[in-house]
Amino acid sequence: MAIFSVYVVNKAGGLIYQLDHYAPRADTEKTFSFPLDLVLRPHDERVVVAFGQRDGIRVGHAVLAINGAEVNGRFTADGKDVLEFLGNPANYPVSIRFGRHRLSSNEKLMLASMFHSLFAIGSQLSPEVGSSGIEMLETDTFKLHCFQTLTGIKFIVLADPRQTGIDTLLRKIYEIYSDFALKNPFYSLEMPIRCELFDQNLKLALEVAEKAGPL
Amino acid sequence: MSRSPGRKQENHKISRELFVLTYGALVAQLCKDYEKDEDVNACLDRMGYSIGVRLVDDFLARSAVRKCRSYSETADMIAQVAFKMYLGVTPSVSCSSATGNEFSLILDKNPLVDFVEELPAERASLCYCNLLCGVIRGALEMVHLAAEVTFLQDRLKGDAVTEIGITFLRKPEDRKHKRN
Repeated sequence: MAIFSVYVVNKAGGLIYQLDHYAPRADTEKTFSFPLDLVLRPHDERVVVAFGQRDGIRVGHAVLAINGAEVNGRFTADGKDVLEFLGNPANYPVSIRFGRHRLSSNEKLMLASMFHSLFAIGSQLSPEVGSSGIEMLETDTFKLHCFQTLTGIKFIVLADPRQTGIDTLLRKIYEIYSDFALKNPFYSLEMPIRCELFDQNLKLALEVAEKAGPL
Repeated sequence: MSRSPGRKQENHKISRELFVLTYGALVAQLCKDYEKDEDVNACLDRMGYSIGVRLVDDFLARSAVRKCRSYSETADMIAQVAFKMYLGVTPSVSCSSATGNEFSLILDKNPLVDFVEELPAERASLCYCNLLCGVIRGALEMVHLAAEVTFLQDRLKGDAVTEIGITFLRKPEDRKHKRN
């Protein structure tokens, strides 16, 4: 999937809509015997692979489940610390599932408001007067495109770096927002968007944009 | 209104008569609900305001206009692009103050009053199209321009033309934090 996600941020910097459009992540489950040849370390509230990439288990993947039971952050399902559990040879052989950790909705909210602040700083740092905020953020694995309307709403699209036509897509998303969110009399401004029609039309627009791009 | 070519070419036009009749029914009902003209005018203005705050994004999305850099550009934009897009008429704009923040839109044709001759005697100070004032005020507020919008002259009250006055309220401390 060439377009990964869409975020809509309101005037105050709060996330009012979020859509993930990429294919479900590929989890890898393997059985290991002591000693574990992967180097694991704690990171935020998770246990991630720091070194020892092999067989689809990549650096940065988090421990998702042990012996079929989903882990709860840094602790196993029955409350034991994961790293302690995996350090004890008596627990082996053990089956561990690794995969990319998907952002929780709280994390997305936080990241959206952080981006909102960076956007404002970006426009103030500019040496030219009257410059816009951040329009594009480029990394080696994705490009983040941002469009701020004159009313202060930001539409953010994360896409593959090779995907073209994102500018038209952003304006299309603005049209869809003004149609299916704003014209819905039961939708209050600046609140999270929970409109079926908005979802449907947005997904349609994403599909059209992906087909039209070079990929 | 142009929709992007990718969409199905459904014609979303509905009858103009239906729209004018709906507006007329709205005003008539308000007149039954409220005794005083000021109350009806205030209610119409509030309704227009709720419409304006939503309509402005539709206008900006469809017309893809650039940010206006002065009050006179804004007034021109409202008259020549917005009125044309939504009501099919183009009022003329004139600047009526030396400070450059008071403008008048002069409408020679107003589709909302197609079927209205004059106001009844007991409703002499009713602003029939006050909804439009609310719409303009709401729309301007969403793009961070505070304004007072009123009817200066009204053909229904016996004046020669219908004139809407827009007074931009200048807030000097907002200039610094103006969002680009």
